[in-house]
Amino acid sequence: MKVGIVQFPGTNCEYDTQYAFKALGCETQILWHKEDEIPAGTDLVVVAGGFSYGDYLRSGAIAKMSPIMKALKLYAQNGGKVLGICNGFQVLTETGLLPGALKRNVGLHFISRHHHLKVCSNDNTFLHRCNVGDVVNIPIAHHDGNYYIDAEGLKELYANDQVLLQYTDAAGNIDNPNGSVDAIAGICNKTKNVFGLMPHPERAMETLLGSDDGKRMLEGFLNA
Amino acid sequence: MKAIVNVFLKNGVLDSQGKAVHHALSGHGFGTVSDVRVGKQIIIEMNETDAAAAKEKVAHMCEELLANTVIEDYEIEIQA
Repeated sequence: MKVGIVQFPGTNCEYDTQYAFKALGCETQILWHKEDEIPAGTDLVVVAGGFSYGDYLRSGAIAKMSPIMKALKLYAQNGGKVLGICNGFQVLTETGLLPGALKRNVGLHFISRHHHLKVCSNDNTFLHRCNVGDVVNIPIAHHDGNYYIDAEGLKELYANDQVLLQYTDAAGNIDNPNGSVDAIAGICNKTKNVFGLMPHPERAMETLLGSDDGKRMLEGFLNA
Repeated sequence: MKAIVNVFLKNGVLDSQGKAVHHALSGHGFGTVSDVRVGKQIIIEMNETDAAAAKEKVAHMCEELLANTVIEDYEIEIQA
């Protein structure tokens, strides 16, 4: 399986992401944002985390103007699989590939710690190896992770089974660190080929570093 | 020609920064403050002589990049 990892100026999780997918046996390629096409045969494009363009203007806003985003849109429209992690999630909402927006955390603090998440839906490529109700322990590290969508949009998300993950405690009870609507941590698009989440599964690949729950999530893309 | 763009969170979208500033002002004895909103101002110099054309271009910039219309509203003022 071939994974492309998008790199903007300011991206800083591209090599963690590469490490994670290599550990799963994937072929990986870093895609510089000036590229104007997605290499043929790419099975998954990951928009990695970090601070593209220093988060200037808004997180992910300037990145959406990069040449590769035009190619990525086309790739997604043709059914290609896309995963946005953290800043990548912000870039995908800014681009319109995912609904909603990510605002400043309600407490205004940058939050960097492990957090539990509950799997809300597994009827998709990303999380099909997890069970609904499973609780995973995954690092979060963001300042703008406060997911916002209006009431109508939220209804639509639920109607189409697009809410993938919610922030919880270890027992699976809602525990909202950043003010996100319904404590939403991750979503997908209507056609379920574009995924976005604020937490970092690529940083949860080794029990030695606190958790390897990210494996189970990212493995979903293998042979999918 | 100069365009002044003000971008604010929409009414109904919680402005946490505005709330924090409001709280701080109240705590410092500015008891008459009833609400605070924090936004951003973007000042654009343009080689344009027609105000209407300038405004139209800036509106396009706002839709494309300067504002995220999912959560933000914008106002444009054109100065000669």
